[in-house]
Amino acid sequence: MFRKLTPRKENLAFRKMTRRALLAGTAAGTAAALARFPTPAIAQAAPFKLGLLTVKTGPLAQGGIQMEQGVLTYLKETNYTMGGRKVDLVSADTGGNPAGTKTKAQELIERDKVDAILGPLAAFELLAITDYIREQKTPTLSVAGADDLTQRRPNPYFLRAAAASSQAMQPMGHYAATEMKLKRVVTISEDFAFGYEQMGGFQSAFQQDGGCIVSKLWPPLVTPDYTPYAAQISDCDGVCQGFAGSNPLRFMKAYANTGLKYPVVTGETGGDDALLKSFGEEAIGLISCTPYTVDLDTAGNNRFVEGMLKNYDTIPGQYAAIMYVSCQVIAAGLQAVGGDASDKEKFMAALRAVSLTDTPRGPVKFDHFGNIVGTFYVRRLGTEGAKYGLKLWNKTIKTYENVSQFWTWPEQEFLAHPVYSRDYPPLTKC
Amino acid sequence: MTGRRIGVAVAILALIAVPFVIGEVYYVNIASQILLYAIFALGLNVLVGYAGLVSLGHAGLFGVAAYVTAYLLAAGYGHLVAILAAIAAGLVVTAGFAALALRATGISFIMISLALGEIIWGLAYRWISLTNGDNGISVATRPAPFGLPLTSARGFYDATLVVFLVAVAACAIFVRSPFGAALCGTRDQPRRMNTLGYHVWMIRFWAFMFSGLLTSVAGILFVYYNEFISPQALALTASAEGLLMVISGGAGTLLGPVIGAALVVIVKNVVSAYVTRWNFMLGAIFVAIVVFMPEGLVPGAVRLWRSAWRALSRREAAVIATRPQP
Amino acid sequence: MTFWLLLTVNSVTFGGLLFLLSAGFSLIFGLMRIPNLTHGSMFMVGAYLGTSLLSGALGITLNFWLAAVIGAVEVALLGALMERLLLRRLAGQQLAQVLVTLGVSFMAADLCLMGWGGDPISVATPPALAGFLRFGGAVFPLYRLAVILIAAVVALALWLMLERTRLGAMIRAGVDDPQMARVVGIRVSQLFTIVFALGAGLAGFAGMIGGPILSVYPGLDQDMLPLALVVVILGGTGSLLGSFVGSIIVGFIYNFGQALLPELAYFILFLPMVLVLALRPQGLFGGQVL
Repeated sequence: MFRKLTPRKENLAFRKMTRRALLAGTAAGTAAALARFPTPAIAQAAPFKLGLLTVKTGPLAQGGIQMEQGVLTYLKETNYTMGGRKVDLVSADTGGNPAGTKTKAQELIERDKVDAILGPLAAFELLAITDYIREQKTPTLSVAGADDLTQRRPNPYFLRAAAASSQAMQPMGHYAATEMKLKRVVTISEDFAFGYEQMGGFQSAFQQDGGCIVSKLWPPLVTPDYTPYAAQISDCDGVCQGFAGSNPLRFMKAYANTGLKYPVVTGETGGDDALLKSFGEEAIGLISCTPYTVDLDTAGNNRFVEGMLKNYDTIPGQYAAIMYVSCQVIAAGLQAVGGDASDKEKFMAALRAVSLTDTPRGPVKFDHFGNIVGTFYVRRLGTEGAKYGLKLWNKTIKTYENVSQFWTWPEQEFLAHPVYSRDYPPLTKC
Repeated sequence: MTGRRIGVAVAILALIAVPFVIGEVYYVNIASQILLYAIFALGLNVLVGYAGLVSLGHAGLFGVAAYVTAYLLAAGYGHLVAILAAIAAGLVVTAGFAALALRATGISFIMISLALGEIIWGLAYRWISLTNGDNGISVATRPAPFGLPLTSARGFYDATLVVFLVAVAACAIFVRSPFGAALCGTRDQPRRMNTLGYHVWMIRFWAFMFSGLLTSVAGILFVYYNEFISPQALALTASAEGLLMVISGGAGTLLGPVIGAALVVIVKNVVSAYVTRWNFMLGAIFVAIVVFMPEGLVPGAVRLWRSAWRALSRREAAVIATRPQP
Repeated sequence: MTFWLLLTVNSVTFGGLLFLLSAGFSLIFGLMRIPNLTHGSMFMVGAYLGTSLLSGALGITLNFWLAAVIGAVEVALLGALMERLLLRRLAGQQLAQVLVTLGVSFMAADLCLMGWGGDPISVATPPALAGFLRFGGAVFPLYRLAVILIAAVVALALWLMLERTRLGAMIRAGVDDPQMARVVGIRVSQLFTIVFALGAGLAGFAGMIGGPILSVYPGLDQDMLPLALVVVILGGTGSLLGSFVGSIIVGFIYNFGQALLPELAYFILFLPMVLVLALRPQGLFGGQVL
């Protein structure tokens, strides 16, 4: 009976093996597992390594995917060349959270040895890695707002071709007071840096031109239903929203569902062109002030929009456009240093000196903090002018040129105030 | 017994050698992450593996220590003060958790711990004036114990390794102690333990505190590693990943959580560079382990290894027995 | 005044939606004794499938209600599959089953991201209900009022099923005492599959119904699951009335909490759950203690 218990078949399999061999094999296997991971081939000389920190998972994914599309549209158009060098793009998904951004930034810089970084997307992601990129001296071009990184805590390795968070909202505040003749506005935006800085910018300019903010509402970044907040909008003649990602869609719906009819103004993300295909009729009448508008009829923009449509069958919004422009800036900078990005300080200086005229967003140049000085477009969402098969369109109704991050205030005066935050500027009696 | 001691010495030497063998800063950082998450997993394992209480809210405890450290550092206090205060705060909150959660066992315990974890997360997320909400709190410097700076990857790794070894030693002592045995008793046969005169609730409570201590230490290491803390680190997903580490490695074993932590960290960071849908992979691995190898990777591997060893020794004995005698 | 009226109606609407989500969760929890951590994912998958059907995935564009129902059926089938292939292998091991549902939720979330992308999808309100009702100076979107009605209808249907049909009797028996139910000859494991599928289908249906209010986006599962948990714990597992009352309560706490006490919004949402679990584990209406 017991003979049946010794599996003969097993013995056959282990014929050649002894216990010693088993021990040795296990030890060898463990050693191999602990040995260094195979490192990807690090090309030292030829290709220019470009890293992209984007978000492909989570509520901000919508913007992140657009970012990548914008970069790839540029690379496909120029056949993966910048400043005479071949470009190697390495994309990393930060997951839309600061800890993930730090890990991916480390991956790009330490493992993939990138020469420059595009992104990250969100202000809080950028704030998490600003010290690190400064230490590593890696030029970073981001869409992230984070005002102070080009103001009171400037990072010399940072360049922003988009807009500081408050930069687009300051002209919006001016426009709302002077042209829309609004006097009492309720602001509503997400409860994070980007939201505070946008609303702060709006409030400063709006108050300067005679307006007053009645109250400020701050729903969290992830809010399934905006109704409890929309219900608090009252006693005003206008609403200023600063939502990002896909939140503007839901907010406009919730707002329409309350039956309120006050005009709504917003900034660069609240009425983003990429959302045009998803907005419903409730969004008609939305006024936005943005660094980029798909409406712009120039050769540079038309080429870009057609590239996006051809490659991805999608209308570009801020995220895609700014990434495309950033690529143009890198290419120009690389050209200026003759293709040699190894001297990081020199490369950074060349990037900051770039001045372009024919980009999808119009003329581009940078101030001494590395923030853009450019044209901002005020648009109205409606059915007029709709192209590319869309039902809704953001039609440009006013243009502000040469707008810097300080709007009309002298730089010193602006910097003397604290950075825009949840409570700054403070609410005053209306 | 000497075999085991040699094994332990070899393992320690191997761990010390890691930064030298793996030259690249990036991978040394991954190793640091594995160690600090291993401490988290070891802490969770005390409850899950040895006390039989599955917690889905441990990221909350992790986060309390991390946030207290970051908050005090940002307020201008020194590292020592911040660390001690964080551990103290972590223990206080753990005691609160324990007092509420230990009223239940089994599935109820899971639910209460989940709710408590969510409460802490909700406070971190929405109590903006205290925690800065989604923007998180940045930590400017790392401590320099005994004057040795931890700013480099290698330096941080060495410090984390020391803490890790202490944690493992503490767990080993704990498991082999009479208290540890009693804890396993309460896991397997709570009623009998009660009958025998053991105060089941108190045993579980102290186990919970020990777990909380380890988790707090991991939280402090985490905030120093990232130099940043935000509510994402306390979300339900973070607790779930912790559970994944413990279960996949092998709950109730000493090495299991360490292997599990290595697995999860590697999939999240290294594999994610090659496989875009790593979340799916993580979930699939988890399901596969729970269904096919529920005791976890370490016990499963040990089981396979032992059965191979036994089969071979039986074979060799048989061969020797049938050899012609001179 | 408008503020209170608006929020009250919205609370009841949200409560209705939560009921659709949690009724299934409660039944699964009551019968199978496991919190189905995949429930949030089922809600999300139902919403995604519904939107695909709405925009013509089957070759023809369906109307909203048909898309919701077919989507729900698809999710029910997926639920049944999950139960038979994974959960049944671990019959009797509740802890393992909970962990499997956790793992599957990770997988489902990523699959949705793969299939529908990171772009959130806006669900159009069905045209028949796109209008408003004006009352007392406030404006109420018809669709939100309709959700309350739908929740009530579904609640009635479920109640009738549980109280008046044989299947319902079997489910109630299983919830009260699975061992005795088996002794009496009820095929409890088959019941598990049916109830799991039913729960999944309800969640999927809820996802689509919630679409016009919440839209569909990655992360929807993580947002809805904790709410379902709170509802079921408050109301009592396995109790339909408990789910209904719990949903309304949570609807109110959620809406008014966000508006009046934003800093403690989540605290006041989860605190009742903790208190109930610690002090009265069977919830307000639940039968058995967990």
